[in-house]
Amino acid sequence: MIPSRFEYVAAGSAAEAVDLLRRHGDDAKLLAGGHSLLPMMKVRLAAPSVLVDIGAIPALSYVRVEDGQLAIGAATTHQAVSTSPVVRAQAPLLAWSAGLVGDPQVRHRGTIGGSLAHADPAADLPMTLSAVDGRVVVLGPSGQREIGADEFFLGYFETALAPDEIIVEVRMPVRPDQPWGYQKFTRRANDWAIVGVATVGGRVALANMGPAPVRARSTEQAVAGGATATEAARLAAEESDPAEDMHADAPYRRHLARVLTKRALIAAGVPA
Amino acid sequence: MRVEITVNGSGRSDDVEPRLLLVHYLREVCGLRAANVGCDTTSCGACTVLLDGVSVKSCTVLAVQANGRSVTTAEGLSGVDGQLHPVQQAFRQEHGLQCGFCTPGMVMATVGLLAENPDPTEQEVREGLEGNLCRCTGYHNIVRAVLSAAGRLPAAGESSGSSAPGALAAPGALSAPGELSAAGER
Repeated sequence: MIPSRFEYVAAGSAAEAVDLLRRHGDDAKLLAGGHSLLPMMKVRLAAPSVLVDIGAIPALSYVRVEDGQLAIGAATTHQAVSTSPVVRAQAPLLAWSAGLVGDPQVRHRGTIGGSLAHADPAADLPMTLSAVDGRVVVLGPSGQREIGADEFFLGYFETALAPDEIIVEVRMPVRPDQPWGYQKFTRRANDWAIVGVATVGGRVALANMGPAPVRARSTEQAVAGGATATEAARLAAEESDPAEDMHADAPYRRHLARVLTKRALIAAGVPA
Repeated sequence: MRVEITVNGSGRSDDVEPRLLLVHYLREVCGLRAANVGCDTTSCGACTVLLDGVSVKSCTVLAVQANGRSVTTAEGLSGVDGQLHPVQQAFRQEHGLQCGFCTPGMVMATVGLLAENPDPTEQEVREGLEGNLCRCTGYHNIVRAVLSAAGRLPAAGESSGSSAPGALAAPGALSAPGELSAAGER
């Protein structure tokens, strides 16, 4: 399968990429690892006329800790995130989640910023950003701004990014010794979650239970109020609006959300 | 667009359309047919090659993304005298193939895996090859072949290891496995 014709420009910096996006408008798309965009272009679900490649900008690939925050460059690959000793120590939930994206070859190419910008509600990293109370740092023509996970994901494959903005960094609080839970229910190896749950620090986020990552706020409040994992997990699907597909209907997804949330909460240290 | 790509150790310069996929560049421009197009949807791994020493699915990489970089296909594994790479030898010795269609991708994924983890457990081999499908379901011997190449199979040879550790290095690798972590950590 061959994508439609497009013009290809390799940006030398994030600022240059923003300038190219501003100049080409809606016709341009960013390319980093290309593991969400290229498959869509091959089946012609996407046909941008200009690709701005930010995948080879070294300054967008890093992991560091600053002011109690873990900061990860947007073009850092899932492989680098999942194997980084710093991420494993400071945000083990994120390291685990990044290690479950696709398969090794996919993780060698796919990037954290790309996965978040793609905003597939079934994907691992959008749910994880919500669970870890993360933010994206975004660069646009008028400078930088930060967007929290719950404001960033608007719907199916839709984010708060303007057409001329790019994610330059992903930030989250460091949580070196905090227990966490992660559940990903799939039918096949390296598939997307039919339902996923990530929890740490009292936050509970669900994947594939709505058009964007869903915070299970009723469950969070129950846990904060001293409920057991069994009790709190009964409320896990309260805020959800799951779609139906060949894998699962909505009632089954709600059932999975409750079962998986209980397991995740127990792993995160909530009494059973 | 003009691209400069090192393919199996030789520098090349070609004019390509930006939409040309790396696997089509390798097969049709370079005439290297080891990497197969299987699913064409980033699932099956038959098109796996090494990009700067790291395994990638070449159906989901544009040739222009490989500009200035180094690509290794199964053709580039064997020595100048035609001697098989230790991973290729292990696949032959352990009968790690049936119809052979997935084999070039399996071999390249294995070379990449062993460069990152030279001494994998059987579980790590199975997870490391998660991105490669064998329609013949010949996984048992494939896993044996990988363990044999890593020197983890007791019956594989007279000595504990079937190959010298250095021989397993991924051609074209930019850095040692330990240096794969993101910049800014050290």
